[in-house]
Amino acid sequence: MYTQSLSIPDAPAPKIAPVAPVEPAELQAAFDARVAADGRIEPQDWMPQAYRKTLVRQISQHAHSEIVGMLPEGNWISRAPSLKRKAILIAKVQDEGGHGQYLYSAAETLGTSREEMLNALHTGKAKYSSIFNYPTLTWADVGVIGWLVDGAAIMNQIPLCRCSYGPYARAMIRVCKEESFHQRQGYEALLVMMRGTPGQRRMVQDAVNRWWWKCLAMFGPPDSNSAHSEQSMHWGIKRISNDDLRQQFVDATVPQAEVLGVSLPDPLLRWNEARGHYDFGPIDWDEFWQTVNGNGPCNVQRLATRVKAHTDGQWVRDAASAHAAKQQQRAQPEAA
Amino acid sequence: MSNPATASPTKALKDWPLWEVFVRSKQGLEHKHCGSLHASDPEHALQMARDIYTRRQEGVSIWVVPSKAIVANSPDDKAELFDPSGDKIYRHPTFYDIPDDVGHM
Amino acid sequence: MAAPLPFLLHLADDALVLGQRNAEWCGHGPAIEEDIAMANVSLDLIGQAGLLYQLAAQRLGDGATEDQLAYFRDADAYLNHTLVELPHSGPQVGHAQTDRDYATTIARNFLHGAFNLLRWDALCASSDADLAAIAAKSVKEARYHLRHARGWLIRLGDGTAHSHDRMQAALDHLMPYTQEFWLTTPEENQGVSDGVLPQAPAQWQAAWDELVDDAVSQAGLRRPSSQGHVSQGKCGQHSEHLSYLLAEMQSLARAHPGAQW
Repeated sequence: MYTQSLSIPDAPAPKIAPVAPVEPAELQAAFDARVAADGRIEPQDWMPQAYRKTLVRQISQHAHSEIVGMLPEGNWISRAPSLKRKAILIAKVQDEGGHGQYLYSAAETLGTSREEMLNALHTGKAKYSSIFNYPTLTWADVGVIGWLVDGAAIMNQIPLCRCSYGPYARAMIRVCKEESFHQRQGYEALLVMMRGTPGQRRMVQDAVNRWWWKCLAMFGPPDSNSAHSEQSMHWGIKRISNDDLRQQFVDATVPQAEVLGVSLPDPLLRWNEARGHYDFGPIDWDEFWQTVNGNGPCNVQRLATRVKAHTDGQWVRDAASAHAAKQQQRAQPEAA
Repeated sequence: MSNPATASPTKALKDWPLWEVFVRSKQGLEHKHCGSLHASDPEHALQMARDIYTRRQEGVSIWVVPSKAIVANSPDDKAELFDPSGDKIYRHPTFYDIPDDVGHM
Repeated sequence: MAAPLPFLLHLADDALVLGQRNAEWCGHGPAIEEDIAMANVSLDLIGQAGLLYQLAAQRLGDGATEDQLAYFRDADAYLNHTLVELPHSGPQVGHAQTDRDYATTIARNFLHGAFNLLRWDALCASSDADLAAIAAKSVKEARYHLRHARGWLIRLGDGTAHSHDRMQAALDHLMPYTQEFWLTTPEENQGVSDGVLPQAPAQWQAAWDELVDDAVSQAGLRRPSSQGHVSQGKCGQHSEHLSYLLAEMQSLARAHPGAQW
């Protein structure tokens, strides 16, 4: 899910296309053969520079998405309306932090550092999933994010458990294991609300109205528009096309909406017997690009919050490093 | 009250070193590598590992090892074609010993 | 022998309010690893609060629930120590806007954590079997929380000159609030007679002093004086901060009274 940002080009493309480095033929062939046979590439293995670079970008942006994703949901921890929901939400946000941590670690095996990755995020060079650039205005938004956003993420993440790069695949297996409860909890919270008071039902419907189209856009633009998809598929990084994933998501979600008793804000949404899928209306890609490129409702605030946390925490990190250094010095007085 | 980092990006953000984490769960017999984390000292790394990789399960055994302490063999087949720096687990400069200052001391 | 209800609420309120405060760091911590650690501490505390409120609600009967106790009591009915309701900053009035200071968080978690460990440890021998069961679970968590806070107390106290100063300032600010630990309420006296509370809290002061002195010295810090106003949170008289905390925490639940979540 958060990897669909891969299909989005970086900030202004250079005027001269860079020359792809010439990779040694035998190594390239061995690499290609292993990937084609669904084998794994591990940190010490030779890999094409472009593969390494693409993975660093994809994994780190996935990690950034998890970390930034803690903010819209974290917005409701202090006000969760029951102790049970408060605990569930803290656990979920904590898991997201943990997933970010696993992914940063996986990316570091490719030769980048936490510092470099955070710097890229904080200076706006790296992206995170644009779904987190929207505000969580009510408690129902939390449930809807669990149901729809995590639902969409799971669809993308399961194939990544088989991606060619070992550390990423293993991180994704761990992530998927832990994420299984997120979507269920979000949906269950909505179910309880929809069976509750008129005020609760209104809250849920309003949240669905605001998030539905954004979630469809999460899967990224149609693959015909995406330069990177083909190469990523070839490398076993990306396994299913954006459009196919989006269709899968709609097909799975419409019945869930029916059970909930919410309407989805799309007058063109209907079952197409001939196709065996749901037809749905056009996505506002202009709004999507506006948000991806920085003009969404929360872009500035999300990033500023992460930068502030990092900056304000510098003295704490420095203190821990200083203490560790002192400990080492004390342990080896002769080395001084 | 906050003290914003004013040094240039290359110097200001000092990473806590990287540690590899190995966990033996209750049912298993061997420690398994589960990932890595950044921590400032061994005690910190152990606590972190417990929080991140075991979600506080009881009875697990955790090992943390500084990543740069791990020595690895080079990948097999056609070893002569591979970069000889394959004796460290990651190709990253920070895993080699680079003298650095300790900041505010 | 059943623990006095106000005593159960005192324990529950301590856990919930501290859990609420610690959760404020979620997404804002100094490192993602610390976010995860702090969330763990918070989850444990909220879990303890849940068990305690459930027990209290069960004994109150009449359809009382844990959420009614947590969300529909006002500040003057809350019985937590004042220490745990304070914002993560130096001394400020209720409506002041302040940045979060990690040193304050750690100092509070350490000072309260040491007390909490001694308390849960004692309660494992409570004559109230339900409370003893909660204690058995909570004491393990309390041990972990103290270890986390103590580790950071030392890292910050014995880190950089800047971190040392901040840690000292936080300790200086919070130490007077620990005087409240040693007050004994009428309910606690009752609890001691019944064996619900194996000792009055004042009996743990020596052990607490030892824990604090040891950590403070390892951290290269100075143990501050406890002199100053003796807070009365456990008697229902709080600082200006609690009503703000509860207003935020309870607002949504109170906006939909009677709703299920």
